[in-house]
Amino acid sequence: MVILENTPSAVLVIAIGVLFAAGVYLMLERSLTRVLLGFVLVSNGANLTLLVAGGRSGSAPIVGSSPTDEPMSDPLAQAMILTSIVITLALTAFVLAMAYRSWQLNGHDEVADDVEDRRIARLAAENAPAFEDADATETGESLDEEAAEVHDDMAPSRDELRHADETGGAR
Amino acid sequence: MSWSVNDLVPLPVMLPLFAAGLTLALHRRPRIQRIISTTALAGVVLASLGLLVAADSGPVVVEVGGWAAPVGINLVADRLSALMLTVSSVMILCVLLYSIGQGVPGSESDPDDSTPRREIIPVAIYHPTFLVLAAGVSNAFLSGDLFNVYVGFEILLAASYVLLTLGGTGERIRAGSVYVVVALLSSILFLTAIALIYASTGTVNMAQLAGRLTEIDPTVRLALQLLLLLAFGIKAAIFPLSAWLPDSYPTAPAPVTAVFAGLLTKVGVYAIVRTQTVLFPQEETVNRVLLVLALATMLVGILGAVAQNDIKRLLSFTLVSHIGYMIFGVALASEAGTAAAIFYVVHHITVQTTLFLVVGLVERRGGSTSLDRLGGLARVAPGLAILFFIPAMNLAGIPPLSGFLGKVGLLQEGARLGTPLAWALVIGSVVTSLLTLYAIVKAWNKAFWQSAPEEISEKPDSETRLPSGMLGPTTALVAFGLFLTFAAGPLYGYAERAAEASMDGHTYVDAVFPNGSQRGQGESPDAVEGEVGAELSGGDE
Repeated sequence: MVILENTPSAVLVIAIGVLFAAGVYLMLERSLTRVLLGFVLVSNGANLTLLVAGGRSGSAPIVGSSPTDEPMSDPLAQAMILTSIVITLALTAFVLAMAYRSWQLNGHDEVADDVEDRRIARLAAENAPAFEDADATETGESLDEEAAEVHDDMAPSRDELRHADETGGAR
Repeated sequence: MSWSVNDLVPLPVMLPLFAAGLTLALHRRPRIQRIISTTALAGVVLASLGLLVAADSGPVVVEVGGWAAPVGINLVADRLSALMLTVSSVMILCVLLYSIGQGVPGSESDPDDSTPRREIIPVAIYHPTFLVLAAGVSNAFLSGDLFNVYVGFEILLAASYVLLTLGGTGERIRAGSVYVVVALLSSILFLTAIALIYASTGTVNMAQLAGRLTEIDPTVRLALQLLLLLAFGIKAAIFPLSAWLPDSYPTAPAPVTAVFAGLLTKVGVYAIVRTQTVLFPQEETVNRVLLVLALATMLVGILGAVAQNDIKRLLSFTLVSHIGYMIFGVALASEAGTAAAIFYVVHHITVQTTLFLVVGLVERRGGSTSLDRLGGLARVAPGLAILFFIPAMNLAGIPPLSGFLGKVGLLQEGARLGTPLAWALVIGSVVTSLLTLYAIVKAWNKAFWQSAPEEISEKPDSETRLPSGMLGPTTALVAFGLFLTFAAGPLYGYAERAAEASMDGHTYVDAVFPNGSQRGQGESPDAVEGEVGAELSGGDE
């Protein structure tokens, strides 16, 4: 049994750095599709890190398949990478579906702010009751009404329901 | 065929996974689905209870697939795991019964559901996902292998993504996006931490790591510890990493929010306890940082709760705030502190789940969770008022309930430590406790005592009536919370023994390596050669 040389190759290390940097940059965006691309890049960076952690490549890690004095690859690192690739695949599919649903509902896939949060922030800023606050930012209603709608929105109307059953309900 | 207690260990993971497959295959038969999932989760409760008793006389270890520990993956049920597993399985079972009692649109019992207020739960996907979530939680609690912990986290997170965006309404997709992206980020951090740990130690087995991490460069060790804590801190919602939680939880259906609030953050806390006690004991600087973060979590969280006008959001903020207590206990880095933290976790899982279920009932009866729209519930639904009042007072830590006992344990240990920072934490805990009482009393006054802005009918009609299927599990959980108070002595003793076994540094390792070889190598000068030899011999078995 020969112990593998553990010094990582510079190419892999630089690749990991680039993948992480580009991925983090994309994940900071508001659009879900870009976040998803960022996630894919970062998770590939993490997978490469696992590969580097397993040391240099060698012969197939099956006892008897190669001379004993030849270094073997570390199979555990590759098993872990395989697992994490499968997990990434499933999550990518889910986020894609979510971005599609968001586009279907809103016409874009950007993550919106929380209405309740903005209402509370305004309360704090003005130190006044929220029901006197008649701001007309997006829909021409006050934030109170928007927030109330959001609550009722949790149980959508029949039309929406039917729509959801046809399209998103299958998920 | 001989039977041993070891056979119980894989059951909490296998039963729900198997049942999830069955319920998915039988998605057109809602009644059979319900029977299968209830049976499976009841089985998990029984298995966990068995483990709870068995683990008190030493950790129960199972080598999955028959490979010896450093090579194969192992499941370890020690006192800490078994205790967490038992409480969480009871919660999951009760929440499942509650959601069955809620009645699901599209199912046969509720053919023409047209009330706009009802929660929308597509039945076909709900049961399998819920069971997968249960399996993931169990796997995260039981695993003795860091990578398997990661897999457990991913199982439960993937299930939670689906549950949080059930029905795909606009608000849920928005909240779900935030939750999913933050969770993905923390998973990547965890995976990177595992890769770096594997690179520096050559193993991901937690018992073996406990020995090997003491040998590596202290700077590298500190970096690894911080990376793990960062990943777990996002999941546990510790202050600077907690902003996602109050944003995403309140939009989900009541049973989903209840099980998330009860369990998901606590899985993160459990992972932090393991990291701090088994993997990286004795790191003074990190403990000080954790103490500061615990204080910030408590205060920022509770101030957020005070500002809220919606019961679900208010409870989400108290959830964040009370995570601070558990981190406080862990960061004290003493047996008594960890014991108090474990007791507090058990108490908080119960009380937070119960409160979210009760709020689900309030929403159904009163038609809203906004404090401006609710009122007069104490008059029209006195039973509901009692169900809310008991866990609410428990959360605030009113004596003699279990929340008070957990807090007393933490305060005593903080005072015993006696450093200025510890005293700041003690004062912060008391202030947080009082502010919790203030927030809860505000919710109580507005929802139950003030005159109703919109009249709630005295006699409930078919849509506001509270079915016994929902009331039953909620009452059972309130009773379970009271039981924790009455059984606090034995329970606290159990938590103390769990903390002692986690802190002493050898119980866990000895259980995984019964012949002691791994531990011995950690201290001998020719450690590297010895360990390689041990790995080879392990592989031959």
